[in-house]
Amino acid sequence: MKMTPLDRLLLLATGILAAYQVAIGIDRFSTLPIIVYTISFGVLLVAGLLLIILGFEVLDSPVVVIVSTIIPLSLSLGLVWQHLASLRGLYLTFSIIGFLAIIVTRSIPMKSKLPTIVLAFVHGIAGMTIFLLPIALSLQGAMKPLFSLVGVGGALIGIGGLLLSFLKAGKPILSRETILKVLPGLLLLMTICFVAGFKFG
Amino acid sequence: MNAFAAKLRLYSPLIKSLQTGLLIFTGMAGYMSARCPIFNLSTMAGLLVSLFASISGSTILNMWWDRDIDARMSRTRNRPLAAEKINPREALFVGLALSGLGVGLAFAMHPLYGLIIFAGLFFDVVVYSIWLKRRTCWSILWGGISGAMPILAGRALALEGIDWIGIMLSLGVLFWIPTHTLTYSMKFSDDYKAACVPTFVSTYGLNFTRTVIAISSILAALAMGASAWGIGMAWGFLRLLGVLSAGLLMLAITTTFKPSERVNFGLFKYASLYMLAAMILVVIEAL
Repeated sequence: MKMTPLDRLLLLATGILAAYQVAIGIDRFSTLPIIVYTISFGVLLVAGLLLIILGFEVLDSPVVVIVSTIIPLSLSLGLVWQHLASLRGLYLTFSIIGFLAIIVTRSIPMKSKLPTIVLAFVHGIAGMTIFLLPIALSLQGAMKPLFSLVGVGGALIGIGGLLLSFLKAGKPILSRETILKVLPGLLLLMTICFVAGFKFG
Repeated sequence: MNAFAAKLRLYSPLIKSLQTGLLIFTGMAGYMSARCPIFNLSTMAGLLVSLFASISGSTILNMWWDRDIDARMSRTRNRPLAAEKINPREALFVGLALSGLGVGLAFAMHPLYGLIIFAGLFFDVVVYSIWLKRRTCWSILWGGISGAMPILAGRALALEGIDWIGIMLSLGVLFWIPTHTLTYSMKFSDDYKAACVPTFVSTYGLNFTRTVIAISSILAALAMGASAWGIGMAWGFLRLLGVLSAGLLMLAITTTFKPSERVNFGLFKYASLYMLAAMILVVIEAL
């Protein structure tokens, strides 16, 4: 499917917002959140640029499944590290093992449903963490109400990640055309939510 | 007036506006990287005009000298000189006049700045185009050195001297240039072969060329990182530069181990974006 000028514009805006977040938006955080947020927004920035340069065909690469896992995993790890101190070690372990499990199950050809199960499990946990944690923190008053925007971004990234992952796994939830049509807008909306949530929350 | 506009339209492709624009921007970034008072209208105007005139002049002189090669390559045969839409003598005169203006103004602004601008023009026109381009694929090294001169010149003008940061900035551009030009020569290798211009691909093969691209990308990223650190770039901007460098390295490694024309051209495009972004970061940092 050919990329339209509007798609390119939306992706460029996504890249600029992600660049802002890497350079300025996370400056006040501690070391590990800075590292993991740099990874997540950095992957988003480079992925946006590659989509603009190479077109939607870049999504045909097998690496996409792994890359689309890095963003939610690193974002959720940053959130847990900042706001759930007692679960830091556990979630760090889950993130590392989950990421390695996805790499292994995607690298070795398997006929079982294991790769799909691993993918859904890791994405599910990471996505729910990004979706629920900011909203819960906002409702409890631990963070400002606008921090819940990070949760909205989490819901969007969960949708985008699952759509892409299942498309790549050969079990598409929506048609390829529909996914590609909404993807640039979804990425921009998600990034706006994250940047605004972190800034004003 | 219409005739003048038509002439300008003919000359516009001769100065390779995108390439010239990027090189001028590196010169401005080099100047601003010294955090000197940048809102000096006459100096900024002089910098802009001298860079534009010298870079455009040398590009026209290159095109004038290479018009026979350009006519043999499908990619370049429609260039105004190759297609005989412009009189070669006239182009030579315009190229020399612009080069003279650029170098003269640069010397008037500061002798060291003028010397570096002259060196860039000399390496590009005499060493790269006239002497080496038709003899050896290593000519691109001199093209690269020439391309690295504007950023060094800009910083030298601001500091009235050369420091290690200026050298690292110019090394960043020098090592970026093979990433840019070699990926291009891989894409159009048949064209260069038809014109009997030696390239890394025709001399050493694709694998060696890809390795050179990967190594030069790593060196470019390291040089840009070191100079950004030397300038005292804010930590956040350094992080962003690191992210962009990681993207460059990833593409360079991919094109080495899983080569395809698509990734190759992606690297070519990304390398240009990378350099533009690095220069924007240097400029923003200085503001």
